[in-house]
Amino acid sequence: MLEHILRRMGFGASPADLAFWAGTSIDTVIDRLLNYESSSTDHDSKIGNPAYAGITTSSGNPFSANTLINDARQRWLFRMIHSQRPLEEKMALFWHNHFATAYSKLAGAVGQERATRLMDNDPASLAGSPAGQIQVLREFATGSFPGMLRAMAQHPAMVYWLDSQLNTRTRPQENFGREIMELFSLGIGNYTEADVYAAARVFTGYNWQVVGDRTSNTSSYYTFLYRPGDHDTNAKTFTFAIYPDGGKTIPARAAASGEQDALDLILALARHPATAQRLATRLYKFFVNETAEPDAALVNQVAQSYLANNYNIKAMLRTLFQSSQFRNPANFFQRYSWPIEFTVRAIKETGWTGFTVNSAMTPLTNMGQQLYEPPDVNGWATGPEWISTSSMLARMNFSSTLAGNQKFNLARDAQPYRTSPDRVLEYLLARFPNMGFTSTATGAMADYLRSTAWTGTDAQLQTRVPGLARLIVGSGEYQFN
Amino acid sequence: MSFSRRQFVKGGVTAFTFGFAAPQAICDIAFAQGSAARNLVVVYLSGGNDSLSTVIPYRDANYATRRPTIAIPAANVLQIGSDSSSVELGLHPRLTGLKSIFDAGRLAVIQRTGYANQSRSHFTGFDIWGTASTTNTSGTGWLGRYLDGLPMPVDPLVAWNTQRETPRPLMARLVGVPAITSPATYAFSSPNSGTEAGYERTAQTRISSHIPVDRPHLAFVNSTTQAALGTLDRVATVATYRPANTYPTNGFGQALTAVAGAMNKQIGTKVFWVQTGGFDTHATQGVNQGAYFNLMATLNDGLKAFYDDLSAQGLLSSTLVLVYSEFGRRISENGSSGTDHGAGANMMVLGGAVRGGIYGTAPNLSLDPTNPTLENNASDVKWETDFRSVYAKILDSWLGSNSVSVLGGDYRAGAPNIL
Repeated sequence: MLEHILRRMGFGASPADLAFWAGTSIDTVIDRLLNYESSSTDHDSKIGNPAYAGITTSSGNPFSANTLINDARQRWLFRMIHSQRPLEEKMALFWHNHFATAYSKLAGAVGQERATRLMDNDPASLAGSPAGQIQVLREFATGSFPGMLRAMAQHPAMVYWLDSQLNTRTRPQENFGREIMELFSLGIGNYTEADVYAAARVFTGYNWQVVGDRTSNTSSYYTFLYRPGDHDTNAKTFTFAIYPDGGKTIPARAAASGEQDALDLILALARHPATAQRLATRLYKFFVNETAEPDAALVNQVAQSYLANNYNIKAMLRTLFQSSQFRNPANFFQRYSWPIEFTVRAIKETGWTGFTVNSAMTPLTNMGQQLYEPPDVNGWATGPEWISTSSMLARMNFSSTLAGNQKFNLARDAQPYRTSPDRVLEYLLARFPNMGFTSTATGAMADYLRSTAWTGTDAQLQTRVPGLARLIVGSGEYQFN
Repeated sequence: MSFSRRQFVKGGVTAFTFGFAAPQAICDIAFAQGSAARNLVVVYLSGGNDSLSTVIPYRDANYATRRPTIAIPAANVLQIGSDSSSVELGLHPRLTGLKSIFDAGRLAVIQRTGYANQSRSHFTGFDIWGTASTTNTSGTGWLGRYLDGLPMPVDPLVAWNTQRETPRPLMARLVGVPAITSPATYAFSSPNSGTEAGYERTAQTRISSHIPVDRPHLAFVNSTTQAALGTLDRVATVATYRPANTYPTNGFGQALTAVAGAMNKQIGTKVFWVQTGGFDTHATQGVNQGAYFNLMATLNDGLKAFYDDLSAQGLLSSTLVLVYSEFGRRISENGSSGTDHGAGANMMVLGGAVRGGIYGTAPNLSLDPTNPTLENNASDVKWETDFRSVYAKILDSWLGSNSVSVLGGDYRAGAPNIL
């Protein structure tokens, strides 16, 4: 149970994590993982400390996680492995998929340094610079959904990603207006084409601007800008209620206060029952089970928690995590691990001493999930769609890379069991939690350990223990979360 | 943005049956299912292609007035003659290679394809085109159902997806389509070497050979692993293919190189999936340079290299290429010198057996809301030819399948006579 909780509310458990939580009641574990606000945020200070996973900077440059995307990717992976607020990173990943924005389009427009800031800037890194999109998602991770929706609509990364800066009074352009309803809130079927056109007009005037020394890509940055002159001041009518009194029309407003149009629409979208249902369903599939039809009663309960608690995300999570379904063993390992989840869990369980997270970057791309680079605004195609022959090869081959890197540590850990291959097998099966193997599969593993006569020498352990580790981590049974 | 698909086939995994042959039988099957047999290469233009910029009714006065900054000047188009309603048409100026294929009588342009109440959503639109259904868009794909109908056991390389994710059209109940993005990196690595690495590969194969009927999702993953391990060696031969002519170095060109390599090495693949993205041109499409010009360059140069390569090898007559997108774009340009999501659009088919030419009629671009060739208050192109009738033609006349059962309906009437 403990391991399940740590895997679902975070990214899995290292042997040290399991030891740390041993003896704490499950209710307390859940409470502390959920209410992480008082937990330490010192994870970044451990970067470079040899006791933790390593990072690799590019050709002699200092580690520049706010201005180089590959370093930002390493920092995020490092946090997922070592953060004492694993749920914060897990939710940031969930929301990254929900508000899917890709770095490459931004980099093409503003250069790699400023685009990296747009994605995940730490505001402390440059005076005046705003938090990057993912950092904003961390801040709202378990907070107000309307607040998050507004922060995304007004984030310069989103502005450029969905062309809001081109959407003006005389030339409406519907890219953002469509996606905020189709993907970020209501879901398809709950609005009409006319609503899309009206929403486009609502967001006219939303724009971005460069601030600071614009000749320097490292010391300038982008912020949100509302341009009243570009705003369509006419009334906009929708097919659904915008105001609590049922009113469907956003009134004509002076351009100077036209920014309010969008805030009215965002609040209406956030409190729409279709949004509550959609978010509840997505969270259920992410945290409970995605291989069976969602439990309608629990999804409704989660949606009600949202509507009854001022559209608060933590209220939904609390209902989910306190449910019996979350702890029901029938729901264990009933999600396909996202490539990121698979990779981080494999590292936490295998070990990281001397392993640089940079080695996971190309494998993650081959598995189909590069951070800050979702395939499109719809996010990654999850569930069974993660699985293809090439992505399975990438997962098997990453297992191989990791086990090879950790071969001496793995072999040393297995020394107490060296007297028989069956004991080694039992040890490794417990070390890498999985949905359970049949005797056919474990028989194949035992045969592997005996490919040549079992001696249990250090040399044999250093070959077969990493070999078996890669077989388990690369197996179908391990691909579930 | 570009498209991707969501939701797996509802009930698809639960219905999943292990349909692959044992590795030792694979070569026989590949031979029996025919290296000389016909194949289909589907090229998907992701994002919603502005097909009014691909095949241009350049004499329609409304074309220029509704697109003041992005209309291709009449003087620049590559004229291909008139359609049956006497509308004069021209290809985008960058499509010089496709023009030469058209002139050789091996490119068919089918105008105004689509369906009633066309979706303007990338995702729903792609799923409708993929499932060939406007109502059950989360089911199996039309190509998947074709593959499911092949005699079992099916060779795991019967289809080849050049993308990492399995696209909706290839979703099948019985056949798992391998995703092979690059033949060169399609390999099994090991922390050990030599004999020890071999032991691992043998063990991984045995572990994944267990396909439990009571755990369908695990069965799905394990059978995918089986397909990967069982095809590594044959795919490795494709990685050795060196075309005699030069392909573009972009992803589209490289994917087509792999497709030509698979044909050259006669591994027996019948269906290939290739895609190229960036067609969601909401802004700055450009005219004689810029975003749309570059999209046409990618499309043209890739397809022309592929066509020339197959032609030189004598493989053209066994190859059919189908090009489509999830929707066309709005007729009037938006304020960003781009176009928003629209409806009807062109499909293209090329290959050695294709009866080239122009099929269907062009839209009349007048703003009259009663204009029967347009819809949505004359904003978008209205469909004339159901896209499924093109699928039906390909299934029946090219793949020797039964379109009525694959498509779940009779779409043969009105199919353009492209083959």
